[in-house]
Amino acid sequence: MAIGTLAPPMNAAAGPAFAEERSRVWRKLLRNPAAIAGALVLLVIVGAAVFAPYVAPHEPTRQSLIRRFTPPVWTAGGKPGYVLGTDQVGRDILSRMIHGARVSLLVGVAAVAVSLVVGVTLGLLSGFLRGRVDTVIMTVVDVTLSFPQLLLALAFVAALGPSLLTIIMVLGLTGWERYTRVVRAEVLALREKDFVEAARAIGASPARTLLRHLLPNTFSSIIVMSTLQVAQAILQEAALSFLGVGTGSAYPTWGQMISLGRDFVTVAWWLPTFPGLAILLTVLSINLVGDRLRDALDPRTS
Amino acid sequence: MLSLVARRLARLVVVLAGVSLVTFAILQVSGDPIALMMPEAPEADRAALRQSMGFNDPLAVQFARFVGNIVRGDFGQSFFHREAALPIVLARMPTTLLLTVFAMGLSLALAIPIGIMSAVRRNTAFDHTATLVVFLGTSMPVFWTGIMLILLFAVHFRVLPVSGWESWAALVLPAITLATFSTPLLLRIVRSSMLEVIGLDYVRTARAKGVSEWFVICRHALTNAALPLVTVAGLQFGLLLGGAIITETVFAVPGLGRLIVGAIRQLDFPIVQAGVFVLALIVVLVNFTVDMLYLYLNPQIRVR
Repeated sequence: MAIGTLAPPMNAAAGPAFAEERSRVWRKLLRNPAAIAGALVLLVIVGAAVFAPYVAPHEPTRQSLIRRFTPPVWTAGGKPGYVLGTDQVGRDILSRMIHGARVSLLVGVAAVAVSLVVGVTLGLLSGFLRGRVDTVIMTVVDVTLSFPQLLLALAFVAALGPSLLTIIMVLGLTGWERYTRVVRAEVLALREKDFVEAARAIGASPARTLLRHLLPNTFSSIIVMSTLQVAQAILQEAALSFLGVGTGSAYPTWGQMISLGRDFVTVAWWLPTFPGLAILLTVLSINLVGDRLRDALDPRTS
Repeated sequence: MLSLVARRLARLVVVLAGVSLVTFAILQVSGDPIALMMPEAPEADRAALRQSMGFNDPLAVQFARFVGNIVRGDFGQSFFHREAALPIVLARMPTTLLLTVFAMGLSLALAIPIGIMSAVRRNTAFDHTATLVVFLGTSMPVFWTGIMLILLFAVHFRVLPVSGWESWAALVLPAITLATFSTPLLLRIVRSSMLEVIGLDYVRTARAKGVSEWFVICRHALTNAALPLVTVAGLQFGLLLGGAIITETVFAVPGLGRLIVGAIRQLDFPIVQAGVFVLALIVVLVNFTVDMLYLYLNPQIRVR
């Protein structure tokens, strides 16, 4: 496979050419209606999450026994003010979903940040130093790949005790191997290129070569991968919450809402349905944006 | 070729050692296992048990003992059932494998023809629809898909059982749920690997010879697209097992996934460790087989 053609050597110092490249990426993104729709939906969800206390019509934890199982407003028995209905203890579904967006987005982004730091560092070292370091790192990658990620996360979150920080760290530390593999492959291909050779020839230190010349050239793959991984992390967090090893607090999350709603699915279909749609919409939007970002950043499709 | 196999075997052993280390770590990070084993016992009894079970030994010694026990198939006693953990885990294995294999078969039966059609009719309405379905499928949480299927078929239409494992009908919804998770991933690979070979010279040559279109696709294009498909299908197997864990929980299927999830709630770590290790072992063996298959299918390596 011609890995060398994946990323064009693009030097951060190349001024006008770089700006031109960037505007080309933007133009390609803006031409795609699916990506724009995805970005707009994401914007709304992020906005709702950030301003949750102001946007949500009700307190997410306020219960009311007389309002139990209120169906959505457009069905028979629906009450205005409770657009998506209420749950088994009368809490407003929409308000809980808006607050739940905070957990999903926070965990998604933070877990990917952890994976990114670990994965990219190991990938750079593996590809640049090669030899024994490479063998050790790639063995660790193989071991990580041997476990279903969800299972490993499940076991470790349970063992460490569920909390928001535990979920972020465990998802981050079980999901880094993808970055390592891709960054390593790119560094292996790039290190033989003339511009790296030239940097070495004029006396650049290994650290400078690595950080100033090799790392920036892996950015486009890293950006695409990170975007798509945020979607995966959101799905994983929801699955952990669903399986009962969530954040360990009363604060609503989408996965936990679906898990509780499952028991009432025969009497109140809206309980698990809407939080699931929220996950679907969020993950789909991120996937659409990420996919188009890949096309836009890939010079072969221009 | 033979040295290649030997090298892969050596790698297999190293990876399994790593897998044991991670499995070992699960209990280590949980804090005090003795407190979990005997929550009501006085501290003096706990200390005695801790000493006799070797929890005071250096970690390296404990790990060596753990590996020694694994090799003999001993994962310790379940805290909850008070029986050896491994037999409990193995008893649940067939159910999970049946579900996984069934779902994988369903996935392949859908993904291969649809993926080929998508590639052959690139950029048509068919292809766009398939791409849309792929996006939807990869964005749905597995457990939610399952609940929605329950809502539709078991609550609304009342044609299939909601949960349980009493008849073959009970297998239908879990298998479909798991397949909605894995089909999009495979479909994507079939389509892209077909697209890669379909424009190549030898395919054009075959067409120029006057061979029928379907023969060209099946005999010439598909055999070459099979290589990445096999690799990815192998790599996806771990993902599929992860999906099986959730699916079993949704549908109350008495398989390994449900056992592990239950054990995690009870903090029954020997069962968790045995389950995690067995599933990882399956993934490792599947990937090893795929590797070997790859060597066999790839003529460039085979002749050497």
